[in-house]
Amino acid sequence: MALLGPNGSGKSSLLRLIAGLLRPSAGHIELEGGIAERTVGEQAHYLGHLDALKPPLTVAENLGFWTRYLGGAANRADATLAAVGLSGLEDLPAAYLSAGQRRRLSLARLIAVPRPIWLLDEPTSALDAAGQDRLTELMREHLAIGGMILAATHGPLGIEATELRLGQIV
Amino acid sequence: MTPSTTLLVRDMRLATRIGGSAAIGVLFFLIVVTLVPLAVGPDLAQLRRIGPAILWLGALLASLLALDRLLAADHEDGSLDLILMGGTPLELSLLAKAAAHWITTGVPLVIATPLLGLFLNLEPLAMGAVTMTLLVGTPALTCIGLIGAALSVALRRGGLLLPVLVLPLTIPVLIFGVAASNAAVAGPMSFSPPFMILCALTLGSLVLGPFAAAAALRHGLE
Repeated sequence: MALLGPNGSGKSSLLRLIAGLLRPSAGHIELEGGIAERTVGEQAHYLGHLDALKPPLTVAENLGFWTRYLGGAANRADATLAAVGLSGLEDLPAAYLSAGQRRRLSLARLIAVPRPIWLLDEPTSALDAAGQDRLTELMREHLAIGGMILAATHGPLGIEATELRLGQIV
Repeated sequence: MTPSTTLLVRDMRLATRIGGSAAIGVLFFLIVVTLVPLAVGPDLAQLRRIGPAILWLGALLASLLALDRLLAADHEDGSLDLILMGGTPLELSLLAKAAAHWITTGVPLVIATPLLGLFLNLEPLAMGAVTMTLLVGTPALTCIGLIGAALSVALRRGGLLLPVLVLPLTIPVLIFGVAASNAAVAGPMSFSPPFMILCALTLGSLVLGPFAAAAALRHGLE
């Protein structure tokens, strides 16, 4: 699902609500078919405006940390980095990465730890054309295995998506 | 490796990689201890008498230095959002962060204490007592600091507010830490009662600190 709307219409807030990072003032969020013991946020990946990377740590250390912390298998790091086009940069400190490479590294987290829901806030920001193509490919693969994606975006995602327009009086 | 252990290892690695936090803390501790004799005069007997209190105050102030980065760095780069969503109880993750912080900033202060005790003309027994009480008391300072860090993390310039929030809460730890150190040297009461109360304060803060900090974070970040 693509969340569309002008700046300030609440796209990011909606994603943070679903992730459990904001508390709704009324109502509740329920996931049908998920793991009942876990919250929606615990079954989701959240890719916000910030990349959650530590500049002094290397690419492999950053990915390895989130993979282990979020409960994934750390032995797939090479394949994961290859999938986002960061092969050969494993030992480079994240401080030396460009903005696009940092975005790719944070996208690597999504495939390193399988979670059914991806909450993406402007996922294409800082990505070049090749990076956007890779992201489209990753999203297609995730949808093909039954995953769900909610993406706040101003541009095309490259996949067929239901649109939810915020900030418009219908 | 559990998620909490992973977080502990990462924070220790970051502290080592960035460097400076332990050295700055010890340097600040050294400066405080050096300034006091300049202020109160070179009376060796007086320095020996107030030495444990000076060392405790120096360690307390030095432990505040790096506290503002305890959670602020993770908040600024977005890591805190993922830690909140991780599935690991937030209290456990915060305890792991506090442990890493204590190992990288509290332990160096404890190690430096005997050396700095020499500057204050402390006897070996007094140095041992102060070192022992700091070893037991500094985890409490970190856990109390964790609450302050969680309360101030979402505030602009929260680092300035942090010492004001934290220092009053550390008064009991300071009182019983100094009392135990003095009791070991001068008496008249025995070392055990204040030391046991210090141990209890540390154990209490180890339990309460992460829960209070987690509650503060959940409310503060909304």
